[in-house]
This record gives sequence, structure tokens and C-alpha cells, in this order.
Amino acid sequence: MGPTPLGWYLALSAVLFAIGVLGVLVRRNVIIIFMAIEIMLNAVNLAFVAIARSRGSMDGQVIVFFVMTVAAAEAAVGLAIILAMFRNRETTNADELATLRW
Amino acid sequence: MVGALGVSQVAFLILAALTVLSALTVVVHRNPVHSAVALVSTLCLLALFFFALDAQLVAILQVIVYAGAIVVLFLFVIMLLNLQAQSRATGGPLLVAAATLGGVALAGLVVSGLGRAAAPPAAGVGAGFGETAALARELFTAYLLPFELTSLLLLVAIVGAVALAKKADG
Amino acid sequence: MVIETTLLRWIIALPALGVLFHVFVGRRATGAVKWVGPGLVGAAFAVARAAASGLRVMPAGTALHDHVYTWIVAGPFRAEVGLRLDALSAVMALVVTGVGFLIHVYSVGYMHGDRGFARYFAYLNLFTTAMLILVLADNLLLLFVGWEGVGLCSYLLIGFWYEKPENAAAGKKAFLVNRIGDAGFLLGLFLLVWTLGRQGIWTVDIETIRQHADVLGAVAVPVCLLLFVGATGKSAQIPLYVWLPDAMAGPTPVSALIHAATMVTAGVYMIARLHWLYALAPAALAVVAVIGVTTALFAAVIATAQVDIKRVLAYSTVSQLGLMFLGLGVGATGAAVFHLVTHAFFKALLFLGAGSVIHGLGGEQDMRRMGGLRPHMPVTFVTMTVGTLAIAGVPPFSGFFSKDEIVWAAFSGPHGAPVLGVLAFVVSFLTAYYTGRLLVLTFLGECRAPEDVRHHIHESPAVMTLPLAVLAVFAFAGGWLPVPAILEPVIGVTEEAEAPLWMFTLASAVALGGLGLAGVLYVARPDLPGAIARRLDGFYALVRDKFRVDELYDATVIRLVFAAADVSARRIDPALIDGAINGTGLLVAAISGASRRLQTGNVQHYALSFLVGALVLLGYWVMR
Repeated sequence: MGPTPLGWYLALSAVLFAIGVLGVLVRRNVIIIFMAIEIMLNAVNLAFVAIARSRGSMDGQVIVFFVMTVAAAEAAVGLAIILAMFRNRETTNADELATLRW
Repeated sequence: MVGALGVSQVAFLILAALTVLSALTVVVHRNPVHSAVALVSTLCLLALFFFALDAQLVAILQVIVYAGAIVVLFLFVIMLLNLQAQSRATGGPLLVAAATLGGVALAGLVVSGLGRAAAPPAAGVGAGFGETAALARELFTAYLLPFELTSLLLLVAIVGAVALAKKADG
Repeated sequence: MVIETTLLRWIIALPALGVLFHVFVGRRATGAVKWVGPGLVGAAFAVARAAASGLRVMPAGTALHDHVYTWIVAGPFRAEVGLRLDALSAVMALVVTGVGFLIHVYSVGYMHGDRGFARYFAYLNLFTTAMLILVLADNLLLLFVGWEGVGLCSYLLIGFWYEKPENAAAGKKAFLVNRIGDAGFLLGLFLLVWTLGRQGIWTVDIETIRQHADVLGAVAVPVCLLLFVGATGKSAQIPLYVWLPDAMAGPTPVSALIHAATMVTAGVYMIARLHWLYALAPAALAVVAVIGVTTALFAAVIATAQVDIKRVLAYSTVSQLGLMFLGLGVGATGAAVFHLVTHAFFKALLFLGAGSVIHGLGGEQDMRRMGGLRPHMPVTFVTMTVGTLAIAGVPPFSGFFSKDEIVWAAFSGPHGAPVLGVLAFVVSFLTAYYTGRLLVLTFLGECRAPEDVRHHIHESPAVMTLPLAVLAVFAFAGGWLPVPAILEPVIGVTEEAEAPLWMFTLASAVALGGLGLAGVLYVARPDLPGAIARRLDGFYALVRDKFRVDELYDATVIRLVFAAADVSARRIDPALIDGAINGTGLLVAAISGASRRLQTGNVQHYALSFLVGALVLLGYWVMR
């Protein structure tokens, strides 16, 4: 591949993805959880672009395009949900949004 | 190869370290606004990576759409809800331990798995790789259907977001 | 030689149709019932007669066979519903339908006005159907169906007037005791089929088993003994006879038909049918003979001290059946079946006569309150005298011929022993005595009935006295039927020589002696019986209380069974069964109670589960 091997990019992508997972599982504030999700999506984007470059095909970049679009849509709707929840329950704490429990 | 690091590799390593650091800041910091700013820096660093990988259009889009629009949306909501710094930011220590273990295991497994996988066929890049024209060509020919469906998705998202965020009595 | 025909199924189908009629239409058509009930049995008799006549003109050893349909096919095993009419089953079928017909006619008069008139005839027709299935069956499984069927009808008819608890109890007792016998029968059947099956012969067909009987070897003895256990139940021998005296709770025609003439003879028929099997097991035959003669003596002794007219006849039946089994046990199968036929005639006659007396006295059964009925019930008296002379064995009445053959075979036959012959003579003496006693106490001397009953004593209507007359004719002349000769093709030649003259003389003397003793004790010296009873005191009480056998059974077996049932119901069932079921429920509840705690409602916990799952998959894929 040239100067930087593909493997390094993919390793970086894996690490970023793991950080994102950590954030989703651990943080209480739902907005921070969302941000962690964005990090996960971006890690995947990085992987796609790196592989596209390695194979010389544009497919990877097209997929990244779509991922970005969908991420935008998801962020919009998600934040709207958070607003609605906040209006109902005055909280953005994930622990308190647990009514479907036993 | 080992030990002989070229300029680009050093640059990669430095940028990679910064990116990981920013990502950690997003996930760990107590103040949501600080987290949002760290997110911006992560995204921009990633854009730099995209540039390095001959994905110029995607890199620009990353900055414009992600860092420019989505994070701004996040900041709007943070401001709207007037979120303060959280005193207890994370769930119980048991959960943190389990999640950390899981995350480390995940990263480790993926990396070791990558190490075993056969390398994809290396190929050179043609001229105009990563430029707008190339992307557009793929987008409107091979990926036309997903393109249209994504448009529909965006419409739905807009309508949904508006409907959800409206006040109850209209 | 076997000839296939479709005629035989009608012998069974006609009474079966009667059942359907009486069950569904009977209640509303009591007028028709008294024609349909007896009529169908009479029609069955006609068909049997026709078939038997057809059989008679064919060479000896021919049999008619009717294959109705194939019942069970399971791998190599087959069981058919098939009927076989040979000399033995023809004799039995004619007795069942003939005597049955007369009793059906008699019942029209006896049960007149009873609330359950149609139900009675339904049960009686059902009994006839089952008994015919039993005697006509060509395989042991179908025989057992009939066997069970007659047991059921016995239960239904004994407890016919079920409003009185003691009648229901008597019916239950009959059924349960029979069941024990049936268990023995089934075990014997299973052992037989299994032993043959291991040699590759899977069948219950009697003729097929007969051809392969030598394969059984030593197993023949337990098989015969187990089948005999069934016979002791059905034919009221020691130890399972205890139900028969209690069965007198049923209507008297029922006692006549089921507990004298037909059902109780099923055991005798079964052994006669399988005589070739028993011939392979001399030990079993010895057991049959010993139990037979012991029962005969035991029951005859008890009968001498009974005061209920039907009880005397019940114990008399047990005793006479014992004589039949004695006959079978010493190898005189023809004589035993001959006695079965004559016994059917005179015992049915005696029972129906007793029924006539009971009917005429408005329900009285205690002989101490009878007496002097001769002028009021002449036909009944004459017919019952014929019956008494027949059962006592006075020549030329029928009982003389049939009983004589058995006693002679017991004395000197191939499997006989002198002691058996002597005991048989004692039984004959006692039989003559107690039957004579019955006759004298009932019809002669002073009338001891209370005033109000005495005014209403009347002879029974023609519908009841006519069957009595017909049976009396047969009880008198039946001995001249060459039954053993007729049966020869089926049961083999009875090889004993003709009994010598001194035998006949001795037998007649014994019979007249017994009757004479009864006359002396109850006519000439009426004070004597009481004095003798007081002298014998304890022993007499024991005899009168039927040797307290029922009480013995109650104290041992029944108490044990009830105790076991108690433990099962009060301890084992709640603890084990309910415990297991409830425990399963509790287990499910406990597991679900623990499992539901997984649903914390916290999305991050669920996401952690995702991660774990993904790690497992990833780990598997990476490690592969």
C-alpha cells in the first residue's frame, strides 16, 4: 500500500470503535451516548475509506457517503426524541429512563 | 521495514494518537460541551486521515456535514436543555469494569483477526480517484437505488424529527 | 373338516339387537319389550338349532366357522372375530339360548310392573350376547371378551335394584372377586401367547394353539393353573366363590340364568374346550380335581344349615360346579359337560320354582316362614319335586346319569382316586339331603307364614309356570340325551368302562337315603333338627355362618388392600404426585422469578449483552 500499511488504519478504526462502544455502555447522559455512537460510525467510515484506497475502488467512499447521510438523519431524529423525553420526564439520565423493567 | 519509519508513518502515528485522545475525551469528560468540542476535533482529525487516503470529497463532506451540522445540532440541544457538568457521569463501577474489559477484548479480537485475514488485493489508484466526479459517477449509476432510498430516508427523518419535537398542543 | 358360513353371527346378533332395542326404545314401549326380549333369544335358539342340525348330518368332527372380521393385526400377531360351532359349542349354545329363552319368558311374569322392566331385558339380552360370544369364540381373546361381558352383566343384574345399598354392594363384590380371577386368566393367556410366540407362533386361535401345543413343554402347567384361577372366579370355586351367595340379591330369574345355568359354567366350558392343553399338565388336572371336590363338599355342608331358600340353592350351585370340576380333573370331560347340561335344567328349574314361591308369598325368602304351600301352589310343587329328584340323582331322572358318570370316573377313571370317589358320594348324600330339606320346609307341614301373607298365597301365572313345566320335562328326561357321545369328536373318547351295577345301586341308595333323612328330620321327627343343632352347638354356628370365610377375607386381604389404599391416598398421593406437579409449578415460578431480573429496563445493560454476544461470535471466528 505505500507508506502507511492498511493494517494500521484498520487497527486505528478498531480502537476508535472500541472507545465508542465504551462510551455507549458507560455514560449516563443520553447526549454523550449519542456522541459515542457518532464516534463508532466514524471509525467504520475510516475503515471503509482505507480499504477503498487499498483496493483502488470507489465503492468504499460511496458507502461512506451513505453512512454520513444516514448518521445525520439518525442524529436529527434521536435528538428530537431526547427533547420529547426531557419534556416528559425532566431528565436525560439513562438510568432513570428504565420503565420497561421487571 | 521494522524500525525504518518514513515521514508519513510518523505523521500517521502522531495523528492517530491525537485522534484516540480526543475520542477518549468525548467519552470520559464530564462537561457535555467539552465533550462536543472534543468530538469536533476528532472529526476534523479524521478528515485529515481521509485526505491522506485520497478521499478528498468525503473529507470535505466530513467537515461540512459532520463537524459543521451534526455537532452543531448536538450543541443546540445541549444548550436547549441547559445541561450542566454531571457530577456522576458514569454508571456503577461494575458496569464500567465490564464495559472496559469488553471494549479491550473487542479491539484486541478485531486486530488479531485482521492480522490473520488475507490482505486484500492491492491495486493502484487511477487518476481522479476520490474526486467529486468519480464519486458522482458511482453514486448515480451503480448506487442509484440506495441514493433514492436515502433521499426518502432524509424526508422521513425530517418529518419525524419535527413531529417528535413539537409541543404537545401544536 | 371346517365349513365356512355366515349363519353363526346371527346367533349373537339377534340378542345384540335386543339390547339396542331395549336401551333406546324400551322405556316407551314396555308392551313390545315382553315380546322382543324373549322373542329374539328364541330366534337365536332357532338359528342355533338349525346350525346344529346342519352339523349333525355331516361327518363326525366337522365344524362350522364364521369369520366375521379381522380384529387385530400387529406384525406377525393376528386376532380375528371368528365363531366356531362344533359339537361342544353347539351343546353350550343350545343350552344358553334354550334355557335362556325359557327364563326370559318367565321374567316377563316375574318382573311385571317393575320400574326397570326394559332395563332388565336390556341387561338380560346383553348377557345372552356375551355368553354366546364366549361359547362360540374360536380364539381365546374373543372368549375373554365374552368372559368379561358376562362378568359385567352379572354385576349389572345382581345390583339391579340398586336403591338398596346391600344389592349394590353384592354387585360390586361379584365384579371385584371376578376381576381377581380374570387377572389370573389374563396372565395365563399372556404366558401362553408369549411362550408360543418365542417359537415364532403368534396366535390366539384355539385350533392353531392345539396344533402346536407340544411346543409348550413345562409351561403348560402354570398356564393351566392360571387359567384355572380365572375359572375359580367365574365358576365360584374355592377360593373365589364368595360372591355367589351374595349374588342372590338379584332378581331370581337372574340367579337362575346366570348363577346356575350359564355364566358360572363358563369355567367348566373353558377347561373342556382346552382339555387337550390340560391333558399336557396332569399336575394342573390334579389341582382342578382336588379343588373341585373340596369345594363341592364344603359348599354342600354349608347348604345344610341355611334358612334362606335362595342361599341353599346358591351353595348347591357351588357344590355342583365343584363336581363338574372334579369330573374335568379326573379326565371325564364328557361327563362333566353332561352334568353341566343336566344341571342347567334342574338348577334353573329349582331357582325358578323358588322364584315362584317367593312371588307367591309376596317376597318372603326365609324357609322358617314357609311351609304347607303344596295345596296353594300345586304346579310349582310338582315341578320342584322333579327338580329335587333330579339333583338328588334318583333314577331315571337326569341328574342320576350325569352325576353317576363323574363319581365313577372319580373312583376308577384314568386319573381318579378312590378317596375322590368316596368324597363324591358324601357330596351326593348331602345334596339329596339339603334339597329334600328345602322341599319339605317349603311345601309340606304346617304353614308358618304370618296371617296377612297366608291370605294372599297364590300360584304363579302361566307365563311363569309354563317354563317351569318345560324345564321339569327336561330335568326328567335330559339324562337320556347321549351328550358324551355327541361330544366325542371334540373332546375325545371317554375311555372308562361302563359303571358296574353295584355302582348304580349304591348311587340310588345314597340319593334315596339323603331324601329319606330329610324326610325323617323334618316331617316325622321335627324336634330332632333343633336338638342336633344344640348338641353340635359351636360347629353348627360355624356352618351356619358359612365357616366365616367372608370375615376371614375381610380381616386379611380386604383390610390390607384398604390400608394400602389409605396410605396411597393420604400420604403418597399428596406428597409425591401433588408434590411433583406443584413442585414443577414452583420450579417454573422460581426460574422465571430469577430470569426476569435480566429485564432491568436499562438500555445500556442490554447493549452490554450485545457486546458480549458479538465478542463470543468474534472470538469463535478468530480462533477457528
